[in-house]
Amino acid sequence: MTEQNPAGISAETLIRLSAAQLADKLAAGEVTAVEATQAYLDRIAAVDGQVNAFLHVNAEEALAVAAEVDAIRAAGGAEAEALHYLAGVPIAVKDLIVTIGQPTTAGSKILEGWHSPYDATVVERLRAAKMPILGKTNLDEFAMGSSTEHSAYGPTRNPWDLDRIPGGSGGGSAAAVAAFEAPLALGTDTGGSIRQPGAVTGTVGVKPTYGSVSRYGAIAMASSLDQIGPVTRTVLDSALLHQVIGGHDPRDSTSLPEPLADLVAAAKTGNVEGLRIGIIKELHGEGYQAGVENRFNDALELLKEAGAEIVEVSCPNFQYALGAYYLIMPSEASSNLAKFDGVRYGLRVLPEEGPMTIERVMGATRAAGFGDEVKRRIILGTYALSAGYYDAYYGSAQKVRTLVQRDFDAAFTQADVLISPTAPTTAFPLGEKLDDPLAMYLNDVATIPANLAGVPGLSLPGGLADEDGLPVGIQLLAPAREDARLYRVGAVLESLLEAKWGGPLLAQAPDLAAAGTLETQEAK
Amino acid sequence: MAAINRDDVAHLARLAHIEMSAEELDRMAGELAVIVDSVKSVSEAAGDDVPATSHPIPLTNVFRDDVVGHTFTAEQALSGAPDSDENRFKVPAILDEA
Repeated sequence: MTEQNPAGISAETLIRLSAAQLADKLAAGEVTAVEATQAYLDRIAAVDGQVNAFLHVNAEEALAVAAEVDAIRAAGGAEAEALHYLAGVPIAVKDLIVTIGQPTTAGSKILEGWHSPYDATVVERLRAAKMPILGKTNLDEFAMGSSTEHSAYGPTRNPWDLDRIPGGSGGGSAAAVAAFEAPLALGTDTGGSIRQPGAVTGTVGVKPTYGSVSRYGAIAMASSLDQIGPVTRTVLDSALLHQVIGGHDPRDSTSLPEPLADLVAAAKTGNVEGLRIGIIKELHGEGYQAGVENRFNDALELLKEAGAEIVEVSCPNFQYALGAYYLIMPSEASSNLAKFDGVRYGLRVLPEEGPMTIERVMGATRAAGFGDEVKRRIILGTYALSAGYYDAYYGSAQKVRTLVQRDFDAAFTQADVLISPTAPTTAFPLGEKLDDPLAMYLNDVATIPANLAGVPGLSLPGGLADEDGLPVGIQLLAPAREDARLYRVGAVLESLLEAKWGGPLLAQAPDLAAAGTLETQEAK
Repeated sequence: MAAINRDDVAHLARLAHIEMSAEELDRMAGELAVIVDSVKSVSEAAGDDVPATSHPIPLTNVFRDDVVGHTFTAEQALSGAPDSDENRFKVPAILDEA
């Protein structure tokens, strides 16, 4: 472990600070960015053998960026004044987002060893804020899955129970944050890939309004649904990170032109009095685990006590959302993944026999490079888009998208924010749903409507389920461009819940270091 | 709507340029039949009067100034290519000359 700083903050304490708390201590000179970054790198070395959250660790560059921040702070003056609030606060990046200087695999063998010649816009913005990038996190191959078991590099494990899934596709980012291997991470959410891992790992995840954060440099699965967003331990940290990565980007033609609202101020509002919070009738009850339902009801009770008005809304067309999603997403994915053809980047596999034509090379390359779930979705998408089926499948799904949007529009005339459980169950055991694609798809039933309609959603920890002691997620949804409401309500609910628990939910998670190496145990 | 069978999957795999073994085709046909069956209700959800939505938040006429921005060197563009020659991507034969 690193030596103690003048303020006497141990590495064990340091890694458990929220990003905002760490930023305050960096600004106050109580700890250095190098100390903080090294503490996280040590933590990764100690526990990631068990968790497998990281596909690549970027130690050298992260420490160099941290040292640069420390040098600027030590020198003082205008440059130190101009440092971003999060300068020196480390972050992990989902391996679907391209980075110069580190491999990007998308969790697939077809991109093994590939290095991007450019940075994603969000990565450029992290670099501009001088946030050390700790490494790249594991995911279901091309973000296709709800358990991270579809990664070509082995599953990530849930820090609450290493025999269970961490959610997906962004299980690596969520597990890294939950296991105190990073204070912050970036995720991507196409149907729930930020929010559902957040729910099952007891962390916070936000899918911003579509277009609020640039998608430039996120390897596309379904371009009309994909969105990059924050993965953190607190609601305020998500607001801080959203402000770093969000805002207009001319390189993404779907990027919203207007500036972001002040999301950090929204997270600090501190009250929900008079706000109308709508329970979505169709997104709880039957099909939801009893412990999930109980924690959901607790959250409603706390919000009511805090002065919010709880109303019930109905979104009848949400029953078609999952079906529409599993037509639109594979259709777009089948087109987006056509570029992995063994010509411009990544793997090239030659057929074992017969003529060596480009078509046969593509067939062999894609057969060897893609995993089962990716193949399933490409075939399904090719089917939905093929002549004779297009109207019935893809065309109908697009109409359902209109109906889902109308349901949201109607609901938001009765409520300012909507609320539901994030996922129908807590984390299930590894392997349980691997052979049943349909059962796996049902994990996203509550998160998918937001992607279809482009509205923002936030998941925050709601407590532990009575029957299994595992984290439950509460989802908040707001109208498009009203992400600020999520941070306002989320921060209030979080503080009420933490008052009840006597601290953050993650403080109740098992001690991974105790089970692993002894090096991470601090001398008392 | 028609169910999806093994021949359909074989045809789709060819269109998608993914070689599949006989065993893989059998398994995939079974799995896809279940999935396709489960999404069927989508075609009954909306009437003819409901417009399609292709994009969640429509932005029209997104233009930028026609100026040269960042460009890659040939070396950068080819850095991840499995094969290249004389500053170009090298591709296997397009036509079967056999």
